[in-house]
Amino acid sequence: MSEVLVLVETVADGDGVALKKVTLEMLTAARALGEPSAVVAGAVGTAAAVKERVAEYGAAKIYVAESDDIDNHLVAPKAEVLAKLVADTSAAAVILPSTQEGKEVAGRLAIKIGSGLLTDISEVNSDGTATQVVFAGAVIVKSKVAKGTPIYTVSPNSVAPQPQPAAGEEVPVDIAISDDAKRVTVVGRTLEASGGRPELTEASIIVSGGRGVGSAENFALIEGLADSLGGAVGASRAATDSGFYPHQYQVGQTGKTVSPQLYVAVGISGAIQHRAGMQTSKTIVAINKDNEAPIFELADFGVVGDLFQIVPALTEEITKRKA
Amino acid sequence: MNIVVLVKQVPDSGSERTLDSSDNTVARASADNVINEMDEYAIEEALQVKEAHGGEVTILTMGPDSATDTIRKALSMGADKAIHVTDPALHGSCVIATSAVLAKALGTIEWDLVLSGAQSTDGGLTMMPALLAERLGVAHLSGARKLTVDGSKLTVERQTDGGYWTIEGQTPAIVSTWDTMNEPRYPSFKGIMAAKNKPVTTLSLADLGVDASEVGLGAATSTVLEFANRPPKGEGEQVKDEGDGAAKLADFLASKKFV
Repeated sequence: MSEVLVLVETVADGDGVALKKVTLEMLTAARALGEPSAVVAGAVGTAAAVKERVAEYGAAKIYVAESDDIDNHLVAPKAEVLAKLVADTSAAAVILPSTQEGKEVAGRLAIKIGSGLLTDISEVNSDGTATQVVFAGAVIVKSKVAKGTPIYTVSPNSVAPQPQPAAGEEVPVDIAISDDAKRVTVVGRTLEASGGRPELTEASIIVSGGRGVGSAENFALIEGLADSLGGAVGASRAATDSGFYPHQYQVGQTGKTVSPQLYVAVGISGAIQHRAGMQTSKTIVAINKDNEAPIFELADFGVVGDLFQIVPALTEEITKRKA
Repeated sequence: MNIVVLVKQVPDSGSERTLDSSDNTVARASADNVINEMDEYAIEEALQVKEAHGGEVTILTMGPDSATDTIRKALSMGADKAIHVTDPALHGSCVIATSAVLAKALGTIEWDLVLSGAQSTDGGLTMMPALLAERLGVAHLSGARKLTVDGSKLTVERQTDGGYWTIEGQTPAIVSTWDTMNEPRYPSFKGIMAAKNKPVTTLSLADLGVDASEVGLGAATSTVLEFANRPPKGEGEQVKDEGDGAAKLADFLASKKFV
Protein backbone atom coordinates (compact mmCIF):
# COMPACT_ATOMS: atom_id res chain seq x y z
CA MET A 1 0.00 0.00 0.00
CA SER A 2 1.32 3.43 -0.86
CA GLU A 3 2.33 5.93 1.74
CA VAL A 4 0.42 9.06 2.64
CA LEU A 5 2.47 11.77 4.31
CA VAL A 6 0.78 13.60 7.18
CA LEU A 7 2.44 16.74 8.56
CA VAL A 8 2.23 16.66 12.35
CA GLU A 9 0.98 19.90 13.89
CA THR A 10 1.94 20.74 17.43
CA VAL A 11 1.31 23.59 19.81
CA ALA A 12 3.55 25.03 22.51
CA ASP A 13 2.93 23.41 25.87
CA GLY A 14 5.03 24.76 28.70
CA ASP A 15 8.65 24.31 27.67
CA GLY A 16 7.79 21.55 25.20
CA VAL A 17 5.16 20.82 22.59
CA ALA A 18 1.86 18.96 22.51
CA LEU A 19 0.13 17.30 19.62
CA LYS A 20 -2.80 19.17 18.09
CA LYS A 21 -5.94 17.09 17.72
CA VAL A 22 -6.12 17.85 13.99
CA THR A 23 -3.08 15.60 13.57
CA LEU A 24 -5.11 12.60 14.74
CA GLU A 25 -7.94 13.66 12.43
CA MET A 26 -5.52 13.80 9.49
CA LEU A 27 -4.06 10.39 10.32
CA THR A 28 -7.60 9.01 10.35
CA ALA A 29 -8.53 10.67 7.04
CA ALA A 30 -5.28 9.53 5.40
CA ARG A 31 -6.23 5.86 5.68
CA ALA A 32 -8.70 6.28 2.80
CA LEU A 33 -5.75 6.94 0.49
CA GLY A 34 -3.06 4.59 1.79
CA GLU A 35 -0.83 3.92 4.75
CA PRO A 36 -0.31 7.04 6.90
CA SER A 37 3.22 8.18 7.73
CA ALA A 38 3.61 11.02 10.19
CA VAL A 39 6.10 13.76 9.36
CA VAL A 40 7.63 15.64 12.26
CA ALA A 41 9.42 18.84 11.26
CA GLY A 42 10.32 21.06 14.17
CA ALA A 43 12.43 21.61 17.23
CA VAL A 44 14.62 18.88 18.66
CA GLY A 45 12.48 16.75 20.96
CA THR A 46 9.23 17.12 19.01
CA ALA A 47 9.10 13.50 17.85
CA ALA A 48 9.67 12.20 21.37
CA ALA A 49 6.67 14.20 22.55
CA VAL A 50 4.27 12.97 19.87
CA LYS A 51 5.41 9.54 18.69
CA GLU A 52 3.23 7.38 20.92
CA ARG A 53 0.01 9.07 19.94
CA VAL A 54 0.69 9.25 16.21
CA ALA A 55 1.53 5.52 16.25
CA GLU A 56 -1.68 4.83 18.13
CA TYR A 57 -3.57 6.64 15.35
CA GLY A 58 -2.07 4.76 12.45
CA ALA A 59 1.40 6.10 11.65
CA ALA A 60 3.40 3.15 10.31
CA LYS A 61 6.43 5.39 9.98
CA ILE A 62 7.37 8.62 11.67
CA TYR A 63 9.76 10.73 9.61
CA VAL A 64 11.77 12.91 11.93
CA ALA A 65 13.37 16.17 10.82
CA GLU A 66 14.41 18.11 13.89
CA SER A 67 16.77 21.06 14.00
CA ASP A 68 17.13 24.66 15.12
CA ASP A 69 17.07 25.65 11.45
CA ILE A 70 13.56 24.26 11.12
CA ASP A 71 12.36 25.60 14.45
CA ASN A 72 13.80 29.09 14.06
CA HIS A 73 12.54 29.84 10.55
CA LEU A 74 8.98 30.31 9.44
CA VAL A 75 7.11 27.79 7.24
CA ALA A 76 9.60 27.37 4.37
CA PRO A 77 11.82 24.69 6.02
CA LYS A 78 8.80 22.44 6.53
CA ALA A 79 7.96 22.65 2.83
CA GLU A 80 11.54 21.60 2.03
CA VAL A 81 11.28 18.60 4.33
CA LEU A 82 8.01 17.50 2.74
CA ALA A 83 9.29 18.03 -0.82
CA LYS A 84 12.26 15.79 -0.08
CA LEU A 85 10.03 13.11 1.42
CA VAL A 86 7.62 13.21 -1.54
CA ALA A 87 10.58 12.59 -3.83
CA ASP A 88 12.15 9.89 -1.60
CA THR A 89 8.97 7.91 -0.85
CA SER A 90 6.85 8.35 -4.00
CA ALA A 91 4.01 9.19 -1.61
CA ALA A 92 0.45 8.86 -2.90
CA ALA A 93 -0.64 12.11 -1.25
CA VAL A 94 0.32 14.71 1.33
CA ILE A 95 -2.07 15.85 4.05
CA LEU A 96 -1.63 19.02 6.10
CA PRO A 97 -3.85 20.87 8.55
CA SER A 98 -6.02 23.73 7.27
CA THR A 99 -4.38 26.11 9.66
CA GLN A 100 -2.55 29.32 8.82
CA GLU A 101 0.80 27.57 8.82
CA GLY A 102 -0.47 24.33 7.30
CA LYS A 103 -1.86 26.15 4.28
CA GLU A 104 1.32 28.16 3.78
CA VAL A 105 3.41 25.00 3.86
CA ALA A 106 0.96 23.33 1.45
CA GLY A 107 1.21 26.20 -1.03
CA ARG A 108 4.99 26.22 -1.05
CA LEU A 109 5.07 22.45 -1.38
CA ALA A 110 2.68 22.58 -4.36
CA ILE A 111 5.08 24.88 -6.22
CA LYS A 112 8.11 22.78 -5.29
CA ILE A 113 6.66 19.47 -6.47
CA GLY A 114 4.44 20.80 -9.27
CA SER A 115 1.18 19.57 -7.79
CA GLY A 116 -2.35 20.79 -7.42
CA LEU A 117 -3.95 21.08 -4.03
CA LEU A 118 -7.30 21.24 -2.26
CA THR A 119 -7.73 23.27 0.93
CA ASP A 120 -10.29 23.15 3.73
CA ILE A 121 -11.48 19.67 2.98
CA SER A 122 -13.86 17.91 5.36
CA GLU A 123 -13.55 14.46 3.83
CA VAL A 124 -11.32 12.57 1.40
CA ASN A 125 -12.32 9.45 -0.51
CA SER A 126 -10.30 6.49 -1.75
CA ASP A 127 -10.58 7.76 -5.35
CA GLY A 128 -8.82 10.95 -4.30
CA THR A 129 -11.91 13.14 -4.47
CA ALA A 130 -12.54 15.41 -1.53
CA THR A 131 -15.41 17.38 -0.05
CA GLN A 132 -15.08 21.10 0.59
CA VAL A 133 -17.61 23.39 2.21
CA VAL A 134 -17.39 26.83 0.61
CA PHE A 135 -19.03 30.24 0.75
CA ALA A 136 -19.53 30.22 4.49
CA GLY A 137 -21.08 26.79 4.47
CA ALA A 138 -23.62 27.62 1.76
CA VAL A 139 -22.22 25.32 -0.93
CA ILE A 140 -20.75 21.82 -0.74
CA VAL A 141 -18.23 20.99 -3.43
CA LYS A 142 -16.68 17.73 -4.56
CA SER A 143 -13.25 18.27 -6.08
CA LYS A 144 -10.20 16.46 -7.30
CA VAL A 145 -6.56 17.32 -7.77
CA ALA A 146 -5.74 17.15 -11.48
CA LYS A 147 -1.96 17.33 -11.40
CA GLY A 148 0.92 15.72 -9.55
CA THR A 149 0.96 14.20 -6.06
CA PRO A 150 -2.28 15.48 -4.50
CA ILE A 151 -1.96 17.82 -1.52
CA TYR A 152 -4.89 18.25 0.86
CA THR A 153 -5.41 20.52 3.83
CA VAL A 154 -7.97 19.17 6.31
CA SER A 155 -10.26 21.44 8.32
CA PRO A 156 -9.91 20.86 12.06
CA ASN A 157 -12.87 19.07 13.69
CA SER A 158 -14.28 17.69 10.44
CA VAL A 159 -13.06 14.10 10.80
CA ALA A 160 -13.68 11.98 13.90
CA PRO A 161 -10.29 10.59 15.01
CA GLN A 162 -10.23 6.78 15.28
CA PRO A 163 -7.32 4.92 16.89
CA GLN A 164 -5.64 2.27 14.75
CA PRO A 165 -2.37 1.16 16.33
CA ALA A 166 0.59 0.95 13.96
CA ALA A 167 4.32 0.42 14.21
CA GLY A 168 5.39 4.06 14.42
CA GLU A 169 8.88 3.27 13.19
CA GLU A 170 11.08 6.36 13.50
CA VAL A 171 12.96 7.26 10.33
CA PRO A 172 15.44 10.14 10.55
CA VAL A 173 15.31 12.60 7.64
CA ASP A 174 18.73 13.71 6.50
CA ILE A 175 18.24 17.25 5.29
CA ALA A 176 20.16 20.50 5.35
CA ILE A 177 17.75 23.42 5.19
CA SER A 178 18.70 25.77 2.35
CA ASP A 179 19.43 29.47 2.82
CA ASP A 180 16.37 30.15 0.64
CA ALA A 181 14.18 28.67 3.36
CA LYS A 182 15.75 30.78 6.10
CA ARG A 183 14.54 34.19 4.99
CA VAL A 184 12.19 34.69 7.91
CA THR A 185 13.51 34.21 11.42
CA VAL A 186 11.34 33.59 14.46
CA VAL A 187 12.88 35.73 17.20
CA GLY A 188 10.19 35.38 19.85
CA ARG A 189 7.08 33.45 20.78
CA THR A 190 4.68 35.17 23.12
CA LEU A 191 1.74 33.40 24.73
CA GLU A 192 -1.30 35.44 25.65
CA ALA A 193 -3.60 34.32 28.41
CA SER A 194 -6.29 31.86 27.38
CA GLY A 195 -7.51 31.04 30.87
CA GLY A 196 -6.51 27.42 30.38
CA ARG A 197 -9.36 26.89 27.89
CA PRO A 198 -9.02 24.76 24.77
CA GLU A 199 -7.86 26.43 21.59
CA LEU A 200 -10.73 27.75 19.49
CA THR A 201 -10.30 25.78 16.27
CA GLU A 202 -9.61 22.55 18.18
CA ALA A 203 -12.38 22.83 20.75
CA SER A 204 -15.31 20.38 20.77
CA ILE A 205 -17.50 22.92 22.52
CA ILE A 206 -17.49 26.68 21.97
CA VAL A 207 -19.51 29.33 23.75
CA SER A 208 -19.51 32.66 21.90
CA GLY A 209 -20.77 36.05 22.94
CA GLY A 210 -21.91 38.91 20.76
CA ARG A 211 -23.02 42.50 20.93
CA GLY A 212 -25.81 41.51 23.31
CA VAL A 213 -23.30 40.69 26.02
CA GLY A 214 -22.83 44.43 26.33
CA SER A 215 -19.40 44.84 27.89
CA ALA A 216 -16.00 43.31 28.51
CA GLU A 217 -16.93 42.69 32.15
CA ASN A 218 -20.05 40.78 31.14
CA PHE A 219 -17.95 38.37 29.10
CA ALA A 220 -17.21 36.70 32.46
CA LEU A 221 -20.69 35.17 32.00
CA ILE A 222 -19.62 33.63 28.68
CA GLU A 223 -16.38 32.37 30.21
CA GLY A 224 -18.29 30.87 33.12
CA LEU A 225 -20.65 28.97 30.81
CA ALA A 226 -17.74 27.83 28.64
CA ASP A 227 -15.88 26.58 31.71
CA SER A 228 -18.91 24.67 32.97
CA LEU A 229 -19.02 22.85 29.62
CA GLY A 230 -15.23 22.51 29.31
CA GLY A 231 -15.34 24.62 26.15
CA ALA A 232 -13.54 27.49 24.48
CA VAL A 233 -14.74 31.08 24.35
CA GLY A 234 -15.44 32.83 21.06
CA ALA A 235 -16.82 36.21 20.12
CA SER A 236 -18.60 37.81 17.20
CA ARG A 237 -16.99 40.62 15.28
CA ALA A 238 -19.43 43.08 16.83
CA ALA A 239 -18.12 42.02 20.24
CA THR A 240 -14.44 42.16 19.33
CA ASP A 241 -14.81 45.46 17.47
CA SER A 242 -16.50 46.88 20.57
CA GLY A 243 -13.54 45.78 22.66
CA PHE A 244 -15.55 43.26 24.70
CA TYR A 245 -13.10 40.45 23.94
CA PRO A 246 -9.72 40.13 22.17
CA HIS A 247 -9.77 39.92 18.38
CA GLN A 248 -7.96 36.59 18.34
CA TYR A 249 -11.16 34.94 19.60
CA GLN A 250 -13.31 36.24 16.77
CA VAL A 251 -15.38 33.62 14.98
CA GLY A 252 -16.56 34.56 11.53
CA GLN A 253 -15.74 35.47 7.98
CA THR A 254 -12.79 37.58 9.03
CA GLY A 255 -11.90 35.52 12.07
CA LYS A 256 -11.67 31.84 12.86
CA THR A 257 -13.71 29.20 11.10
CA VAL A 258 -14.83 26.63 13.62
CA SER A 259 -16.74 23.38 13.42
CA PRO A 260 -17.23 22.11 16.97
CA GLN A 261 -19.64 19.45 18.17
CA LEU A 262 -21.54 22.13 20.09
CA TYR A 263 -21.69 25.86 19.39
CA VAL A 264 -23.54 28.08 21.84
CA ALA A 265 -24.27 31.58 20.48
CA VAL A 266 -25.15 34.06 23.19
CA GLY A 267 -26.41 37.52 22.30
CA ILE A 268 -25.34 37.03 18.70
CA SER A 269 -27.82 38.03 16.00
CA GLY A 270 -26.27 35.80 13.37
CA ALA A 271 -25.14 38.14 10.62
CA ILE A 272 -23.59 36.42 7.61
CA GLN A 273 -20.21 37.65 8.87
CA HIS A 274 -20.59 35.43 11.93
CA ARG A 275 -22.45 32.54 10.33
CA ALA A 276 -19.58 32.13 7.90
CA GLY A 277 -17.34 31.05 10.74
CA MET A 278 -19.61 28.61 12.58
CA GLN A 279 -22.29 27.38 10.21
CA THR A 280 -20.86 23.87 9.96
CA SER A 281 -20.96 23.27 13.73
CA LYS A 282 -22.68 19.96 14.45
CA THR A 283 -25.14 21.20 17.07
CA ILE A 284 -26.00 24.88 17.42
CA VAL A 285 -27.71 26.47 20.39
CA ALA A 286 -28.73 30.13 20.54
CA ILE A 287 -29.79 32.47 23.31
CA ASN A 288 -31.13 35.81 22.11
CA LYS A 289 -33.79 38.26 23.19
CA ASP A 290 -35.01 38.81 19.61
CA ASN A 291 -37.00 35.82 18.38
CA GLU A 292 -36.47 36.99 14.79
CA ALA A 293 -32.66 36.95 15.04
CA PRO A 294 -31.23 35.06 12.04
CA ILE A 295 -29.13 32.90 14.36
CA PHE A 296 -32.34 31.00 15.22
CA GLU A 297 -32.55 29.79 11.59
CA LEU A 298 -29.40 27.77 12.29
CA ALA A 299 -30.14 26.75 15.85
CA ASP A 300 -31.09 23.21 16.80
CA PHE A 301 -32.33 24.66 20.04
CA GLY A 302 -33.06 28.30 20.70
CA VAL A 303 -34.10 30.16 23.81
CA VAL A 304 -35.71 33.55 23.42
CA GLY A 305 -35.05 35.62 26.49
CA ASP A 306 -32.66 37.69 28.55
CA LEU A 307 -29.16 36.25 28.45
CA PHE A 308 -28.37 37.86 31.81
CA GLN A 309 -31.05 35.65 33.39
CA ILE A 310 -30.53 32.52 31.31
CA VAL A 311 -26.73 32.21 31.16
CA PRO A 312 -26.03 32.27 34.93
CA ALA A 313 -28.93 29.87 35.53
CA LEU A 314 -27.69 27.55 32.78
CA THR A 315 -24.12 27.61 34.12
CA GLU A 316 -25.43 26.72 37.56
CA GLU A 317 -27.67 23.98 36.17
CA ILE A 318 -24.83 22.41 34.16
CA THR A 319 -22.42 22.60 37.08
CA LYS A 320 -25.03 20.95 39.30
CA ARG A 321 -25.74 18.17 36.81
CA LYS A 322 -22.05 17.52 36.27
CA ALA A 323 -21.30 17.35 40.00
CA MET B 1 9.78 52.15 -0.20
CA ASN B 2 7.77 51.02 -3.21
CA ILE B 3 4.84 48.86 -2.25
CA VAL B 4 2.51 46.64 -4.24
CA VAL B 5 -0.83 45.63 -2.74
CA LEU B 6 -2.56 42.50 -4.02
CA VAL B 7 -6.25 43.25 -4.41
CA LYS B 8 -9.00 40.90 -5.51
CA GLN B 9 -12.56 41.49 -6.55
CA VAL B 10 -14.93 38.98 -4.96
CA PRO B 11 -18.66 38.33 -4.80
CA ASP B 12 -20.03 40.22 -1.80
CA SER B 13 -19.98 37.88 1.19
CA GLY B 14 -23.28 39.41 2.30
CA SER B 15 -25.11 38.26 -0.84
CA GLU B 16 -26.14 34.79 -1.99
CA ARG B 17 -23.04 33.17 -3.43
CA THR B 18 -22.85 30.03 -5.48
CA LEU B 19 -21.01 28.44 -8.38
CA ASP B 20 -21.88 28.70 -12.05
CA SER B 21 -23.40 25.36 -13.07
CA SER B 22 -22.04 25.66 -16.64
CA ASP B 23 -18.39 25.26 -15.58
CA ASN B 24 -18.36 25.09 -11.74
CA THR B 25 -16.47 28.38 -11.38
CA VAL B 26 -17.47 31.21 -9.04
CA ALA B 27 -20.73 32.79 -10.21
CA ARG B 28 -19.98 36.48 -10.60
CA ALA B 29 -23.19 37.53 -12.27
CA SER B 30 -25.52 36.57 -9.43
CA ALA B 31 -23.85 38.59 -6.68
CA ASP B 32 -22.55 42.12 -6.21
CA ASN B 33 -18.83 42.13 -6.89
CA VAL B 34 -16.84 44.14 -4.41
CA ILE B 35 -13.29 44.63 -3.16
CA ASN B 36 -12.21 41.75 -0.93
CA GLU B 37 -12.77 43.26 2.50
CA MET B 38 -9.53 41.83 3.89
CA ASP B 39 -7.50 43.63 1.23
CA GLU B 40 -8.49 47.01 2.64
CA TYR B 41 -6.25 46.35 5.64
CA ALA B 42 -3.33 45.72 3.32
CA ILE B 43 -4.06 48.94 1.40
CA GLU B 44 -4.28 50.92 4.63
CA GLU B 45 -0.99 49.46 5.86
CA ALA B 46 0.68 50.29 2.55
CA LEU B 47 -0.52 53.88 2.77
CA GLN B 48 0.78 54.18 6.35
CA VAL B 49 4.19 52.78 5.37
CA LYS B 50 4.33 55.18 2.42
CA GLU B 51 3.37 58.12 4.65
CA ALA B 52 6.20 57.24 7.04
CA HIS B 53 8.88 56.16 4.59
CA GLY B 54 7.98 57.59 1.18
CA GLY B 55 7.63 55.67 -2.09
CA GLU B 56 4.70 54.66 -4.23
CA VAL B 57 1.76 52.32 -3.71
CA THR B 58 0.69 50.19 -6.68
CA ILE B 59 -2.44 48.05 -6.73
CA LEU B 60 -2.14 44.70 -8.52
CA THR B 61 -5.35 42.95 -9.52
CA MET B 62 -6.10 40.00 -11.76
CA GLY B 63 -9.69 39.69 -12.85
CA PRO B 64 -12.30 40.42 -15.50
CA ASP B 65 -13.15 43.89 -16.80
CA SER B 66 -15.57 44.39 -13.91
CA ALA B 67 -12.59 44.46 -11.51
CA THR B 68 -12.01 48.05 -12.66
CA ASP B 69 -14.49 49.15 -10.00
CA THR B 70 -12.44 47.46 -7.31
CA ILE B 71 -9.25 49.03 -8.60
CA ARG B 72 -10.86 52.49 -8.49
CA LYS B 73 -11.95 51.86 -4.91
CA ALA B 74 -8.36 51.00 -3.96
CA LEU B 75 -7.03 54.07 -5.77
CA SER B 76 -9.62 56.28 -4.07
CA MET B 77 -8.24 55.20 -0.68
CA GLY B 78 -4.94 56.75 -1.77
CA ALA B 79 -2.91 54.28 -3.81
CA ASP B 80 -0.94 55.89 -6.62
CA LYS B 81 -1.46 53.58 -9.57
CA ALA B 82 -2.62 50.15 -10.56
CA ILE B 83 -1.88 47.14 -12.74
CA HIS B 84 -4.88 45.21 -14.00
CA VAL B 85 -4.05 41.79 -15.41
CA THR B 86 -6.98 40.72 -17.52
CA ASP B 87 -7.43 38.22 -20.31
CA PRO B 88 -10.40 36.05 -21.27
CA ALA B 89 -8.11 33.01 -21.18
CA LEU B 90 -7.62 33.47 -17.42
CA HIS B 91 -11.21 32.47 -16.62
CA GLY B 92 -11.24 29.46 -14.30
CA SER B 93 -7.53 29.60 -13.49
CA CYS B 94 -6.50 27.67 -10.38
CA VAL B 95 -4.53 29.21 -7.54
CA ILE B 96 -1.27 27.77 -8.85
CA ALA B 97 -1.68 29.29 -12.33
CA THR B 98 -2.88 32.56 -10.84
CA SER B 99 0.27 32.75 -8.73
CA ALA B 100 2.40 32.24 -11.86
CA VAL B 101 0.64 35.12 -13.60
CA LEU B 102 0.85 37.44 -10.60
CA ALA B 103 4.54 36.59 -10.19
CA LYS B 104 5.11 37.65 -13.81
CA ALA B 105 3.15 40.84 -13.25
CA LEU B 106 5.28 41.65 -10.19
CA GLY B 107 8.27 41.30 -12.47
CA THR B 108 7.14 44.27 -14.57
CA ILE B 109 7.79 46.84 -11.82
CA GLU B 110 10.32 47.72 -9.13
CA TRP B 111 9.11 47.01 -5.60
CA ASP B 112 10.42 46.48 -2.09
CA LEU B 113 7.32 45.22 -0.36
CA VAL B 114 4.19 43.34 -1.39
CA LEU B 115 1.23 43.47 0.98
CA SER B 116 -1.78 41.16 0.87
CA GLY B 117 -4.95 40.63 2.86
CA ALA B 118 -5.29 37.67 5.21
CA GLN B 119 -7.47 35.79 2.73
CA SER B 120 -10.07 36.25 0.04
CA THR B 121 -13.64 35.93 1.23
CA ASP B 122 -14.61 33.83 -1.80
CA GLY B 123 -12.04 31.07 -2.29
CA GLY B 124 -10.51 31.61 1.14
CA LEU B 125 -7.39 29.61 0.29
CA THR B 126 -5.15 32.13 2.13
CA MET B 127 -2.06 30.92 0.31
CA MET B 128 -1.40 33.36 -2.53
CA PRO B 129 1.35 35.26 -0.67
CA ALA B 130 3.09 31.98 0.21
CA LEU B 131 2.91 30.83 -3.41
CA LEU B 132 4.35 34.13 -4.63
CA ALA B 133 7.14 34.07 -2.05
CA GLU B 134 8.04 30.55 -3.12
CA ARG B 135 8.07 31.50 -6.80
CA LEU B 136 9.96 34.78 -6.35
CA GLY B 137 12.40 33.58 -3.70
CA VAL B 138 11.62 36.38 -1.28
CA ALA B 139 10.75 36.49 2.42
CA HIS B 140 7.13 35.98 3.44
CA LEU B 141 6.14 37.42 6.78
CA SER B 142 2.60 36.20 7.34
CA GLY B 143 -0.27 36.89 9.68
CA ALA B 144 0.98 40.37 10.53
CA ARG B 145 -0.98 42.14 13.22
CA LYS B 146 1.84 44.70 13.42
CA LEU B 147 4.53 45.68 10.92
CA THR B 148 7.63 47.72 11.71
CA VAL B 149 9.84 48.96 8.86
CA ASP B 150 13.43 49.90 9.68
CA GLY B 151 15.33 50.43 6.43
CA SER B 152 15.35 47.05 4.72
CA LYS B 153 14.58 45.20 7.95
CA LEU B 154 10.98 44.17 8.58
CA THR B 155 9.67 43.05 11.94
CA VAL B 156 6.22 41.55 12.23
CA GLU B 157 4.00 40.39 15.05
CA ARG B 158 2.49 37.24 13.59
CA GLN B 159 -0.89 36.40 15.09
CA THR B 160 -0.98 32.81 16.32
CA ASP B 161 -3.67 30.81 18.05
CA GLY B 162 -2.36 31.33 21.55
CA GLY B 163 -0.62 34.68 21.18
CA TYR B 164 1.90 36.00 18.68
CA TRP B 165 5.34 35.34 17.28
CA THR B 166 7.86 38.04 16.53
CA ILE B 167 9.40 37.39 13.12
CA GLU B 168 12.01 39.22 11.07
CA GLY B 169 13.04 39.39 7.43
CA GLN B 170 14.60 41.64 4.81
CA THR B 171 13.10 43.37 1.80
CA PRO B 172 12.18 42.49 -0.87
CA ALA B 173 9.44 40.72 1.02
CA ILE B 174 5.78 39.83 1.06
CA VAL B 175 3.76 40.61 4.17
CA SER B 176 0.27 39.22 4.62
CA THR B 177 -1.82 41.27 6.98
CA TRP B 178 -4.29 40.45 9.73
CA ASP B 179 -7.53 42.37 10.11
CA THR B 180 -6.63 43.71 13.53
CA MET B 181 -3.63 45.52 12.09
CA ASN B 182 -5.27 48.87 11.44
CA GLU B 183 -8.55 50.58 10.70
CA PRO B 184 -8.87 51.05 6.93
CA ARG B 185 -9.68 54.63 5.93
CA TYR B 186 -12.76 55.56 3.96
CA PRO B 187 -12.07 57.16 0.59
CA SER B 188 -12.51 60.94 0.80
CA PHE B 189 -14.44 62.84 -1.85
CA LYS B 190 -11.12 64.25 -3.01
CA GLY B 191 -9.69 60.73 -3.14
CA ILE B 192 -12.61 59.47 -5.19
CA MET B 193 -12.20 62.34 -7.70
CA ALA B 194 -8.42 61.88 -7.89
CA ALA B 195 -8.78 58.14 -8.49
CA LYS B 196 -10.45 58.77 -11.83
CA ASN B 197 -7.20 60.16 -13.22
CA LYS B 198 -4.70 57.77 -11.69
CA PRO B 199 -2.87 55.51 -14.13
CA VAL B 200 -4.09 51.94 -14.58
CA THR B 201 -1.90 49.71 -16.72
CA THR B 202 -3.76 46.82 -18.33
CA LEU B 203 -1.70 43.72 -19.05
CA SER B 204 -2.79 40.71 -21.09
CA LEU B 205 -1.22 37.27 -21.01
CA ALA B 206 0.69 38.16 -24.17
CA ASP B 207 2.06 41.28 -22.43
CA LEU B 208 3.35 39.04 -19.62
CA GLY B 209 4.71 36.37 -21.91
CA VAL B 210 2.42 33.69 -20.49
CA ASP B 211 1.01 31.10 -22.88
CA ALA B 212 -2.78 30.81 -22.68
CA SER B 213 -2.48 27.03 -22.50
CA GLU B 214 -0.83 27.34 -19.06
CA VAL B 215 -3.82 29.04 -17.46
CA GLY B 216 -7.59 28.88 -17.34
CA LEU B 217 -10.00 26.11 -16.54
CA GLY B 218 -8.40 23.64 -18.92
CA ALA B 219 -5.01 23.85 -17.22
CA ALA B 220 -6.33 23.95 -13.65
CA THR B 221 -4.41 21.75 -11.20
CA SER B 222 -7.61 21.06 -9.29
CA THR B 223 -11.12 20.55 -10.58
CA VAL B 224 -14.57 20.99 -9.09
CA LEU B 225 -16.46 17.85 -10.12
CA GLU B 226 -19.83 18.79 -8.72
CA PHE B 227 -21.44 21.11 -6.21
CA ALA B 228 -24.68 21.42 -4.32
CA ASN B 229 -26.19 24.18 -2.28
CA ARG B 230 -26.23 23.04 1.30
CA PRO B 231 -29.72 21.97 2.30
CA PRO B 232 -31.29 24.39 4.78
CA LYS B 233 -31.14 23.14 8.33
CA GLY B 234 -34.29 21.50 9.57
CA GLU B 235 -36.49 23.55 11.84
CA GLY B 236 -34.92 23.66 15.27
CA GLU B 237 -36.80 23.86 18.53
CA GLN B 238 -37.39 27.30 19.99
CA VAL B 239 -38.65 28.10 23.47
CA LYS B 240 -39.46 31.39 25.12
CA ASP B 241 -37.85 31.80 28.52
CA GLU B 242 -40.52 31.79 31.23
CA GLY B 243 -38.00 31.28 33.96
CA ASP B 244 -37.48 27.68 32.80
CA GLY B 245 -35.38 28.44 29.67
CA ALA B 246 -32.09 27.47 31.30
CA ALA B 247 -33.48 24.16 32.57
CA LYS B 248 -34.94 23.33 29.14
CA LEU B 249 -31.65 24.18 27.49
CA ALA B 250 -29.78 22.01 30.01
CA ASP B 251 -32.22 19.16 29.20
CA PHE B 252 -31.48 19.57 25.51
CA LEU B 253 -27.71 19.57 26.11
CA ALA B 254 -28.09 16.48 28.30
CA SER B 255 -30.11 14.73 25.56
CA LYS B 256 -27.17 15.36 23.22
CA LYS B 257 -24.75 14.11 25.90
CA PHE B 258 -22.95 17.44 26.27
CA VAL B 259 -23.78 17.47 29.98
